[in-house]
Amino acid sequence: MNADEIRQVLLDILSRIVPDEDLSALQDDVPFREQIELDSMDFLDIVMELRKQYRIQIPEEDYANMNTMGGAVNYLTPLMKGVSAPA
Amino acid sequence: MRYDTLIIGAGLSGLAAGIRLAHFEQSVCVLERHTTIGGLNSFYRLRNRNYDVGLHAVTNFTPKGTKTGPLSRLLRQLRFSWDDFQLAPQTGSRVDFPGKSLKFNNDFELLVSQVAAQFPAQIDGFRKLSQYLADQELGVVVDPQLTARPVLNRFLSDPLLVDMLLCPLMFYGSPTPDDMEFTQFAIMFHSIYREGFARPREGVRLILRQLVKRYKELGGELRLRAGVKSIVSDGPRAVGVVLDSGEMIEADRILSSAGLVETLRLCEAPPPTVIPANLAAAGEITFVETINTLSCQPADLGHHETIVFYSNTPAFRYANPAAPCDLDSGIICSPNNFQYDEPLLEGAIRITALANKDCWMNYGEDEYAAAKESWNERITTAALGHVPDFRPAIVDSDMFTPRTIKKFTGHVNGCVYGAPRKNWEGTTHLDNVYICGTDQGFLGIIGSMLSGIGIANRYALRAP
Repeated sequence: MNADEIRQVLLDILSRIVPDEDLSALQDDVPFREQIELDSMDFLDIVMELRKQYRIQIPEEDYANMNTMGGAVNYLTPLMKGVSAPA
Repeated sequence: MRYDTLIIGAGLSGLAAGIRLAHFEQSVCVLERHTTIGGLNSFYRLRNRNYDVGLHAVTNFTPKGTKTGPLSRLLRQLRFSWDDFQLAPQTGSRVDFPGKSLKFNNDFELLVSQVAAQFPAQIDGFRKLSQYLADQELGVVVDPQLTARPVLNRFLSDPLLVDMLLCPLMFYGSPTPDDMEFTQFAIMFHSIYREGFARPREGVRLILRQLVKRYKELGGELRLRAGVKSIVSDGPRAVGVVLDSGEMIEADRILSSAGLVETLRLCEAPPPTVIPANLAAAGEITFVETINTLSCQPADLGHHETIVFYSNTPAFRYANPAAPCDLDSGIICSPNNFQYDEPLLEGAIRITALANKDCWMNYGEDEYAAAKESWNERITTAALGHVPDFRPAIVDSDMFTPRTIKKFTGHVNGCVYGAPRKNWEGTTHLDNVYICGTDQGFLGIIGSMLSGIGIANRYALRAP
């Protein structure tokens, strides 16, 4: 998966976790929590959905990398290189 | 068969936990002793009518589009949409004490203006109290010994107002007599006064049906008439359960919504020193409830309120009564008085009163039936100062008692709000057995589901 595909995967996951949020204007370098209502339980769901859907294990010490869209895409790019994009 | 997680009890907390675990691909089985789901919030059918046990109203109600708060968090965690629970807001409620009456609804400002009008000398203190409570981090126990009354007395000097504010909150969630744990109070204040009441037109069965449907779609297993006889352990860990039938089921972990004492009793000889006596005690506070079906809507009789909490004495007494029922106080609930798109087909008025569990548990069968009939009448009569006389409109009536509650929940004593001391951590003396539901700490329909979710997240999903 390339960066754009990973971004789309994250948007799909977010849209299921916070269906009432408008994600179209999400900025890359601003923490998710400053742009949408995302509590710690929701945040962990992003991690768990990635594990469920793509078998990506994200250790707790790396969670800080996932606070922004840009950071998450950068962090996930090497991890998801060999994973194919959803149909 | 071996499961990742076994869940004891198909009530709201167990089913919500089951959805989380099944969603994240665990093999999970919910075991329920009773013939139907729901536990404390269940339902039964009698003479061709549906009766709810439990649910008067869903507390923690916030309108569609609200992005914060327990209801919103719950919906997101279970991937439900707001519309799935079909919640209709209340029409308005009231706390009725001798000489004073406070109305409240899902807009906190109504309560503020009522306090200002009826207790003008207290309004500044009430505003400060509200602010103090709003600043609390809900669900975080700072001091488990701290109770509500000392905090209320810091802000309010009129004992009548203190009792009137406590009355609905104690009735809807206090497992302890006369005062309640401060953390629990702060949660209840928020969920009842700041957020509010709502109800699905179809009652609790709509919510339960949505939970079961989702749980099964995700591959979760649900077994009714599958009571757990014992939890089998090997050293510090549980290895599975044995059912009443003798069947053994193995699992990596167990989430139990059976209650703390009840769960410990299932364990093979729990070391008695591990659980402090006060923590293990089962609750004493319980209720009876009369359910009257009417030939008309309560509004036709001039009764428009959703819930009336009353006390016929200025000092509200919330305790296990000496008599079978306490006639001095009660809750009058009309399931009709919510803002539904169309009215319910039949009118109903339910009246809840504090009850003495021992009296109700010890009656012989004949005495029990007679006591139900006689106390039903006395409870109705005692409530008549707070609701129009609906007796001529009654077409059918039933009453549930601590005995009914025990049958549905398996709770020792048939108590409603569980153990006096909550087990917020949800852990037990066994490494992989956890408590969720009433005894873990969160109450109400939304609270109990969040309890299941929280415990599942914490101990079954994040564990390495």
